[in-house]
Amino acid sequence: MTQAGLETQGLCKSFGALPVASDINFRLESGARHALIGPNGAGKTSFVNLVTGMLKPSAGRILLSGEDITHLPQAARVKRGLVRTFQISALFRRLSLIENVTLAISEREGAAGDLIRPAGRYREVIEEGYALLEALGLAADALRPVNELAYGRQRLADIAVSLGLKPKVLLLDEPAAGVPSGETGAIIDMIERLPADIAFLIIEHDMELVFRLANRITVLVQGSILVEGAPQDIAADAQVRQVYLGERRPR
Amino acid sequence: MAAADQLAPPAMLDGFARRHRLRAFEALPWLMALAAYFVFPDYLALGAQILATILFALSLDLVLGYAGIVTLGHAAFFGTGAYTAGILAANGWGEPISGLVAAAAAAGAVGFLSGAIILRTTGLTLLMQTLVVAAMLSELANKATRITGGADGLQGMDVWPIFGAFRFDLFGRTAYIYCAAVLMIGWLLVRSIVYSPFGRSLTGIRENVVRMHAVGSPVRRRKLVAYTISAALAGISGALIAQTAQFVGLGALGLERSGTVLIMLIIGGVGQLYGAFIGVTLYMIAQDRFSTIDPVYWYFWIGLFMIFVVIFARGGVLGLIERARRQMRRPS
Repeated sequence: MTQAGLETQGLCKSFGALPVASDINFRLESGARHALIGPNGAGKTSFVNLVTGMLKPSAGRILLSGEDITHLPQAARVKRGLVRTFQISALFRRLSLIENVTLAISEREGAAGDLIRPAGRYREVIEEGYALLEALGLAADALRPVNELAYGRQRLADIAVSLGLKPKVLLLDEPAAGVPSGETGAIIDMIERLPADIAFLIIEHDMELVFRLANRITVLVQGSILVEGAPQDIAADAQVRQVYLGERRPR
Repeated sequence: MAAADQLAPPAMLDGFARRHRLRAFEALPWLMALAAYFVFPDYLALGAQILATILFALSLDLVLGYAGIVTLGHAAFFGTGAYTAGILAANGWGEPISGLVAAAAAAGAVGFLSGAIILRTTGLTLLMQTLVVAAMLSELANKATRITGGADGLQGMDVWPIFGAFRFDLFGRTAYIYCAAVLMIGWLLVRSIVYSPFGRSLTGIRENVVRMHAVGSPVRRRKLVAYTISAALAGISGALIAQTAQFVGLGALGLERSGTVLIMLIIGGVGQLYGAFIGVTLYMIAQDRFSTIDPVYWYFWIGLFMIFVVIFARGGVLGLIERARRQMRRPS
C-alpha cells in the first residue's frame, strides 16, 4: 500500500456524553477524490475540525503523508499542506477579493511576518494572487469587497483562498451549501479541475454532486464509519439506503 | 498557473499595490501642527500635550483598530513609560532621549509579559484582564511611595536640555517641537506597520480570526508582537508628557486615562490611522474650551458631544467624511 495523504487511526472525540467521533480509521490516498457523506449531525464537520486541529481529539492519531500531526497546532498543519474550506463562508468579508487571497499567500510564503516593507511591494504575492483569481474566473471581482459578491462567487472565493496555500490535502466542507442550484455548476467545475496532485475530501449533502466528483465515498453515521467504497457500491448498499439515502427516497 | 511568474500585475491592481504610498492629504496634520506653532504661540503647552496624546491614541489604534484587540487598560503602558522617564529624571538622569528609550523598553516589557498571558482570551474576558493589569500597576505605584511618590505624585524631576542644547522653556516651544518630532517618528513606524504584510495580517485577524488560523497564521504571536509594539509607543507617549510636564501622578496609570484615550480614538475614527490625530485634537481642545467656559459642568458637554458622535457619526469624524465623500460622488 502506498503512503496515504491523510490518515486517522482510532480517532475519538466526544462532547460530554455525545460522541462525535468514535474510533475513526480513515485513509485519504494521495491525489484521491474522496467524499464524506452522512446524515445531519453524523460528525462530518467535527471530523474536519479534528483533522485540522480546531478540535483536540480525546484519543487516536492523525498522520499527514506519514508524519504524526496529532499534536501540531493548526498553523503547522497548514504549513505541511493540510488545508480546509468552510461550510459557512469564512472570508475577510470587508476586504477585497485580491486581499483575501494575498493574505493567504503571504502566510504561505512567510512574508506575513514582515513589519517594514509595504505589502504592495511584494509583487510576486500580488501577481500570484491575481493569476489564481484569473485561473478561477474571479479576476473581474479582484478589487471588490467580498461581501458585495454573489453568494456563489463567495463560495468560489473561499476555495480560492485555500488554493492560495498550495494544499496537498484539501478538505472541502460543503462547498455548494446554500448556493442556488443555477450557480453550483461553477463550483463543480472548479473542484473537477483541481490539479491531480491535490487530494481532496469533500463533505456534501448533494448526492448528484458527490457522485459526480468522487471516486470513493465514506459514509459516517453517529461518529463512526458505516461503510466505505466506490460510488456504485455505496449507492447499492442496503444499509446506506436505509440510514441515509432512504431519507430522501420518495415514498 | 506556472506562467504566473512572468506576468506583470494588471493595471487594475496598481492602486492596490501602491496604497502604501504617501498621499497629499497625509501632509495635512503636519502642516497644521506647523501653522499652530506660529498662530497660537500662547497655547504651545497644550499643543505639546495634544501631540503626545496623539501618539498614545495611535498606539491604541494599532491594537484596537487593526488587530481588533479590545482594551481598557492601555494606561498601564502609558503610565509605565511616564514613571520610567520620571523616576530616571528625579534620580539624576534627566537626559530626555534616553529617557524615552528606557520608557519604551519598560512599557514594551510590561506589554510583552502581560500580553503573553492575557492575549489567550478575547472579548469581554480580555477587556477585564486589561483592566486588571492596569489596576495592579496603579496599586503598585500607589504603594511604592518611596520610588513613585505615591498619591502625591512624583516630584523633583529634572529634565536636561534636548541634545544638551535645547532647554525646555516656559512657553512650551521646545516641548512642542520635541513632541511633534517624536510623534512623527511614531507615526512613520505605525504607518509602515499598517501597510506591511504583518499589518495586513493583523487586519485579517480582526476581520476573521478563524480563517486566519486556517490559512496558517500564527495568530497569537502576531497579536503579541503588535501588543508589545503598541505598549512601547504608549510608553513613549507617557514619557513625553512626564518630561514636558515635569511631573507624574497616579492618574497616568488610571482607568480614566485608558477610557479617555479610547473615547478620543472613537471620536476620530478607529482603524484608520488618522482618527487619532482628529479625535485627540478635537477632544482636548473641546476639553480646554469647555473647562474655561463652564468649569463645573464641562464633563457634561463632553458627554453630550460623545452621544452625538455615537448616534450620528459612527466611524467617528473620519467615518463622517467618508460618507460625505460617497454622497458627493453619487450622481443625484
